[in-house]
Amino acid sequence: MSEAVYVKGLTKAYGGKTAVNSLDLSVKSGTVFGLLGANGAGKSTAIECMLGTKQADAGTVRLLGQDPKTHRRALFERIGVQFQEGDYHREIRVSELCEETASLYRKSADWRALCEQFGIGDKASAAVKSLSGGERQRLFIVLALIPQPELVFLDELTTGLDAKARRGVWKTLEYLKERGLTVFLTSHFMDEVEALCDEICILKKGTPVFRGTVEQAKAQCGCERFEDAYLQLSDEGADA
Amino acid sequence: MRRFFIFLKTELKLSLRDMNMPIFAVIMPLVIFVILGIIYGAKPAYDGADHTFLEQTFGATGAIAICAGGLMGLPQAVSGLREQKILKRFRVTPVSPVFVLGVELSMYIVYCAVSLATLAAAALLWGVRLHGSLLAFLGSWALTMLSTLSVGMLVGGTAKDVKQASVIASILYFPMLIFSGTTLPIEVMPPVMRRLVSFFPLTQGITMMKNAFLGAGTGNVLLPVCVMLGLTALCTVLSVRFFRWE
Repeated sequence: MSEAVYVKGLTKAYGGKTAVNSLDLSVKSGTVFGLLGANGAGKSTAIECMLGTKQADAGTVRLLGQDPKTHRRALFERIGVQFQEGDYHREIRVSELCEETASLYRKSADWRALCEQFGIGDKASAAVKSLSGGERQRLFIVLALIPQPELVFLDELTTGLDAKARRGVWKTLEYLKERGLTVFLTSHFMDEVEALCDEICILKKGTPVFRGTVEQAKAQCGCERFEDAYLQLSDEGADA
Repeated sequence: MRRFFIFLKTELKLSLRDMNMPIFAVIMPLVIFVILGIIYGAKPAYDGADHTFLEQTFGATGAIAICAGGLMGLPQAVSGLREQKILKRFRVTPVSPVFVLGVELSMYIVYCAVSLATLAAAALLWGVRLHGSLLAFLGSWALTMLSTLSVGMLVGGTAKDVKQASVIASILYFPMLIFSGTTLPIEVMPPVMRRLVSFFPLTQGITMMKNAFLGAGTGNVLLPVCVMLGLTALCTVLSVRFFRWE
């Protein structure tokens, strides 16, 4: 099985403060990987350095075997990204945004079908700003899947979705995983991590403190619930 | 190419939704031109002139759209793209963010061209005649447009945020609109004022367009052309060097 994501020694500091400290990651193709940690633990910085939108101070990154900085054009035909932050033009419609996104790729999925799959099929002619938080979240996932990627980065995947919608997203990701999709996600929902992730890495103040499976984390901490193990390992809630 | 037209089509549709550009770049110049037409009709520019007032002002009215696009629209659009993280998002696609800048630029060029076309149509009502060569006129129009758009691109690319871009844009747009001869013809300004505003690059461009339209001598074309080309080159270099992608 090949490696979809390879990271070695990734380090990034902002003005003396270390945001990411020597991160090593390996994600096998066709698996789901979760990067976890408290807010400010360095997840977003790590992902941005991996994608090449931020310049790391040190380390090697290979996505689908290629350096994302030198092979951007070819590589990002095969990678989908859903950024949590950011906006779209005030008045743009769902159909227009999907059409624009699809045109960026040599081969793209049928966006209408994707929208149907994620329960926003009837919103095609609606303005993006008129969608509810949950609908907008699902639209962003659709946009990340339009390139029919082999690797997809999903940030805060199901924030804002109700239980039914979340299950729907999980089901679709499982379906895509069976077809070889590799998923790299961040999440604050431990049930989601437990349900989806084959492997996880927990960051605490930029330093990786755990790498392995959910079961291994529970065993290591002697906890029955993964959430307890996570809180212990990440120190979330402790004073900064 | 197909991708370019999809994006351009969407941008044009979006610009029609907030109506800013259609109003300031197409309707406003047309209204001004029609009012001037009603007032001045086919009257000569001054006693014994071989051209009408409208023929003298045609180029200047065409510059209103250039002002609206380059000094109001483009700075706000470009800084908006950055603020909304759209430029950043392009860096995780196969397409460079420069692509979307090109689309924005093209949209404003379309508006300037549409404005010129509507003015040309209206000009027929009062028998406005192009005295000089079409090539020279269109060339001077294109040069004025490109140099003004380059200023807009620099402002939009280097301003800290949309608000700052809007402020700088207003400081550029309104004085240019009023004083460089687009709305208030240079000819009716007192000599002192005329000398002051001749320092605006836009004023140079308008003078160039006027001379081209009237078929006036090509002798005094070197200075404005150099000013416009120099400005475009300077803004382009500065934009490339200092553009803020996020």
